[in-house]
Amino acid sequence: MVSKMIDATTTPWVQVTAPGGGTGRIKIRSSGVKVYYGDKQALKGINLDIAENSVTALIGPSGCGKSTYLRCLNRMNDTIDRCRVEGTISLDGEDIYGRTIDTVQLRARVGMVFQKPNPFPKSIFDNVAYGPRIHGLARRIEDLEEIVQRSLERAGLWSEVKSRLLDPGTGLSGGQQQRLCIARAIAVNPEVILMDEPCSALDPIATAHIEELIDELRANYTIVIVTHNMQQAARVSQKTAFFHLGDLVEFNDTAEIFTNPRDDKTQGYITGRYG
Amino acid sequence: MTDIVQSVGEFATDSPADRRGWYQSEEFRQLLRRRYASEDRFRILGIAAIVLAAVILLVLLASIVAKGYPAFVQTEVRLDVTFEESVIDPSGSRDERALSGANYQRLIRSALQDIFPDATGRRVRRQLTDLVSIGAAFQLRDMVMSDPSLIGQTRELWVLASDDIDQFLKGNIACGTEHAARLGGQPCTVPENERRVNDRQVGWVDQLIVEERIRRSFNTVLFSAGDSREPELAGILGGVVGSLYTLLVCLLMAVPVGVAAAVYLEEFAPRNRWTGLIEVNINNLAAVPSIVFGLLGLSVLLNFFGLPRSAPLVGGIVLALMTLPTVIIASRAALKAVPPSIRDAALGVGASPYQVVSHHVLPLAAPGILTGTIIGMAQALGETAPLMMVGMIAFIVDIPAGFTDSATVLPVQIYMWSDSPERAFTERTSAAIMVLLGFLIAMNAVAIYLRKRFERRW
Repeated sequence: MVSKMIDATTTPWVQVTAPGGGTGRIKIRSSGVKVYYGDKQALKGINLDIAENSVTALIGPSGCGKSTYLRCLNRMNDTIDRCRVEGTISLDGEDIYGRTIDTVQLRARVGMVFQKPNPFPKSIFDNVAYGPRIHGLARRIEDLEEIVQRSLERAGLWSEVKSRLLDPGTGLSGGQQQRLCIARAIAVNPEVILMDEPCSALDPIATAHIEELIDELRANYTIVIVTHNMQQAARVSQKTAFFHLGDLVEFNDTAEIFTNPRDDKTQGYITGRYG
Repeated sequence: MTDIVQSVGEFATDSPADRRGWYQSEEFRQLLRRRYASEDRFRILGIAAIVLAAVILLVLLASIVAKGYPAFVQTEVRLDVTFEESVIDPSGSRDERALSGANYQRLIRSALQDIFPDATGRRVRRQLTDLVSIGAAFQLRDMVMSDPSLIGQTRELWVLASDDIDQFLKGNIACGTEHAARLGGQPCTVPENERRVNDRQVGWVDQLIVEERIRRSFNTVLFSAGDSREPELAGILGGVVGSLYTLLVCLLMAVPVGVAAAVYLEEFAPRNRWTGLIEVNINNLAAVPSIVFGLLGLSVLLNFFGLPRSAPLVGGIVLALMTLPTVIIASRAALKAVPPSIRDAALGVGASPYQVVSHHVLPLAAPGILTGTIIGMAQALGETAPLMMVGMIAFIVDIPAGFTDSATVLPVQIYMWSDSPERAFTERTSAAIMVLLGFLIAMNAVAIYLRKRFERRW
């Protein structure tokens, strides 16, 4: 793996997705984002713009703050005591840490998929239907069934589970569970999907499945993905941000980052010299 | 410890041959043996502790069962009772008050005298009527009240023997004859004036046995009556019903408050000095002696709020205060055991904090909360001290019909019986303990069943 990565700078070993893509509009704009856990500063002023309908990958060594940044985008950090966020993050021009914003509404617009598949201990149907139910997206059961089917189809899981929608979601395989979680996130019709190392608990086949899925979802959703797997970042993303010790070191088109990194630290990380 | 370090020091060179040498040396083998020996010692100690605990428990249970099981049977005497109209209803009015106030004891006395015509003299006749329980007269009254047409007829009836005769035939009063020995009586070893059953009564009982006028039957009184000064008429129903009312109040108060407090502290409260203080104090409350809660109930509920004394309502509130910390601690542990990933998942699709708790966390924690609650209730069921302080130790014959009726509870009933001088209360005390233990085992079994049934994996 490491030796392969070192080759990366000389011979492109992955097909880097065409740069750009999407609408070119900025979906999320963050400036001077600082996060403190108690006295410890986890992010030291991040300025990062995320383009609409594209995949932005956040890479960097463990503890560099990429997950922390991701969790700022839908205010999941609010659930952690002693966590303090400074700076501004705006979604479509609206400050998500502003007074008028409602976290429930925000999290419906900015969905999240977690590192470990975490389906509810309920049926597959109820897992997907939960979000639409609490947000009042379906007035009739037929509408709800349609939403569930469409979400599962988009998550590429429909054909595998359509005959057992009432079985518990926890009975699926790891990869299926993660796609179920993606279907659950899609079901509430978000604009942005945040993914925190969605494939780290999965085997390579399941990972390939999810990666394909991410590429398809890009047409309709803005996706931000944290990954430790640089091949994955290169395969699925259009933009890549490299974090290091709470700083955003480099942010550029994925192709640029992987073929022509500006910063020595970026170069060192993607070639496997550290991290 | 030091000698190990030293011996390693001698061998601590970096050459692989030396290292192999150390692991094959006699010294290392000795070290290994010492390690295994200490492991064995630890295991033997553990097994010994468990065996000791099991033996103590067995001895305890065996002694309770051995003492208590005779209480489940009761001696009865067959009498031919003539319901004489001249005694029951001389006026012939069949008025209810006249029927209930009649001297039924006289009917019993004459029935006994029919069997033993040679018993004459006031004292001797008195000793004769002492053979049967005073409950026999109430039995006759109830029969006549429900069916006045009995008046004038003669019926063969089984009536309760007095507690002394019952105890004598169970071998607890050390004098018995050949015939009594068949039913369990002991040979005479104690002088007559030191016994509750004198020689004349022993003779009568002998005759009754010969005439097959004595039998043993299941003691239904024990389960259907309230307390009484007469052991053969005393039952635990009053205590059981009182316990049920008290526990119901306790459950209705402790569970909602306890679960709400646990959910707030675990899911919503910020972690700061104040919640830390509350947490420490809840843990302290769990260790407060239960009688202190009784004193609180006495001074606040009875003296300040003027609630009725001896009432299940007050007892239940006091027990709820006592159980509350247990419920809170168990519920918090159950809530803590719900994986944070479930909370993240629910928050991630936009559930509000309240929805996260009510839709996901609480249902998943429910089996644990339920188990904790039942164990808390079992603890409350066995509690005596705080209830004494609020007056639930009163001697109450009637079976309570409501939350403000005077009542006692099963453990207090046990305590009071154990304090009674009559020999027959000894076995009834043990029998009541068996019933209480039965309730406790049933509650714990339900707790285990519910936990197994509703436990969900994630």
